Amino acid sequence: MKHVRDTWLIFQYEVALLVRNPASVAITLIQPITYLLLFTPFLKSVMHVSTYSNAFQIYVPSLFAAMGVFNGMFAGFALLAAIRQGVVTRHRVTPVSRVSLLLGRVLMHILLIVFQAIVVTVAAIALGLRVQPGNFLVALVLLSLMSVLSVSIGYDLVLLVPNEGSLGTLINSIAQPVSLLAGVLIPLSVAPLWVRDVADWNPFAWGTNGMRAIFQGHIGTNVVWQASLIMGSVALVTLVFSSRLFSREIA
Amino acid sequence: MIEVSGLRKSYRSRRGRKATTVDAVRGVDFSVQRAEIFGFLGPNGAGKSTTLRMLATLLRPDGGDATIAGADLRRDPGQVRKRIGFVAQSSGTYNNSTGRRDLVLEARMYGVSKSTAQTLAEAAIVAFQLEDFVDRQIKTYSGGQRRRLDVALGVIHSPQVIFLDEPTAGLDPPSRARMWREVRRLRDKGMTIFLTTHYLDEADTLCDRISIIDAGLIVAEGTPSDLKREISGDVVVVDLAAADTAGVPEPATILEASKVLTEQPYVESCETIEHTLRLYVDSAATAIPQIMRALSGKGIEPGAIETRRPSLDDVFLAKTGRTLDD
Repeated sequence: MKHVRDTWLIFQYEVALLVRNPASVAITLIQPITYLLLFTPFLKSVMHVSTYSNAFQIYVPSLFAAMGVFNGMFAGFALLAAIRQGVVTRHRVTPVSRVSLLLGRVLMHILLIVFQAIVVTVAAIALGLRVQPGNFLVALVLLSLMSVLSVSIGYDLVLLVPNEGSLGTLINSIAQPVSLLAGVLIPLSVAPLWVRDVADWNPFAWGTNGMRAIFQGHIGTNVVWQASLIMGSVALVTLVFSSRLFSREIA
Repeated sequence: MIEVSGLRKSYRSRRGRKATTVDAVRGVDFSVQRAEIFGFLGPNGAGKSTTLRMLATLLRPDGGDATIAGADLRRDPGQVRKRIGFVAQSSGTYNNSTGRRDLVLEARMYGVSKSTAQTLAEAAIVAFQLEDFVDRQIKTYSGGQRRRLDVALGVIHSPQVIFLDEPTAGLDPPSRARMWREVRRLRDKGMTIFLTTHYLDEADTLCDRISIIDAGLIVAEGTPSDLKREISGDVVVVDLAAADTAGVPEPATILEASKVLTEQPYVESCETIEHTLRLYVDSAATAIPQIMRALSGKGIEPGAIETRRPSLDDVFLAKTGRTLDD
């Protein structure tokens, strides 16, 4: 119970600071909206998709995955800032639950990513996307699991390499191949066989395929539950690892 | 209120391929009484902060025992956290938060309800006179205002013991004086205060008792006046730089002057600090003419001679062989 209460406390605090600074949230929306407007036409012609509605059904889940991977992993910078400013130290000398100091922040980042996903979807609907509200919610759940995984990876990186200078390059060099091998630009269905074989080992690829199936209305297909299971378990393992690392490195 | 025995901590550091172990704290013992301002004095790197971080449950000790407000540090750090407050050297607040928001969060982290937390925050705002700026973003605060907020955060739950790491570092003189008043006010309320400092005047005027730590070991402990009394007699400071030319004397001259004065029977000890010699004597009045005679016998003209009562700096020098600024 204490963990839940304390997690909620840290989450509320972090979100309140985020809300006070709407400009910084708005900036993070520029990139996905730009891709939505300028990349979807390319995808439509390359993939020989007949309508924009269908093109969005393929590309909006890709954007979800891209935001999940990049914004999640770059969340490490926010943790590093909190550590550098002594905020984490100050909280650690209180009886607040250790796990909550991590979980509250992870949840804040997930909320931010889900918010971005909603804005992107609303924009896509205005441009012709059709998606069932229920399916959309399931896709958001899958995106949240994916974000737990990527935020945890971002936190691990920052705890292992607490260096502002090299962190950006490090995150990019991991996030780029992971997202390309998840088919965030061109779906893996048109990739060469060896790429698809490699991607089978990429949990983010499962997540992306799962969300794409949901957007195309195939919520009952195997890939959806498989994706949920794989994302869920990998996310959990990484989160446990992060919280152990957090307790140790910050100790 | 605080009982520490044999507390130690070492770090492994790696330079290139060679891994070395640095003994930051090599077994310290001390005890702090209830409602006492206890100062932990020492140069940078002496082990002050490491000791403090161990007592505040931020670092796990390698060995030794400590009991804080009745809770065992190693067996029950959770209980220790409930009973102590800690104010780090660096602030520990987000620039874009406000003082009030952080005060409420801090209180809630000790488990109280939202309304209680708001009441506690309001009380802290009044007690530390934060009204004028507490609802502004923290980045707009002055150094002194920020420090006052830090201390208010550290004591919002009325802990029995509060740890302050260099509470006045970087503050201007009025803000320092104000911080001293706040610390005394907390002591008068019955709180036990453990603070680190490398300001001698702060240790002298603010602390009821001090401990001097050097290279990970405690070298002296007592009240400031007791420690100064240990250095009996007077201090005579001989400046060998020529007064008129401001020229720095030859190293050989300093060495020779130090040698001849150390040999004098009335000089208890002699320490060289750059181009001045610090002599500890029974009575400055009778020593000064003899010092003059001894020096001119060697053809050395001192630029200035000054006499004063021993200060904590002299205690420090006598115990560690160097000054605090080294």
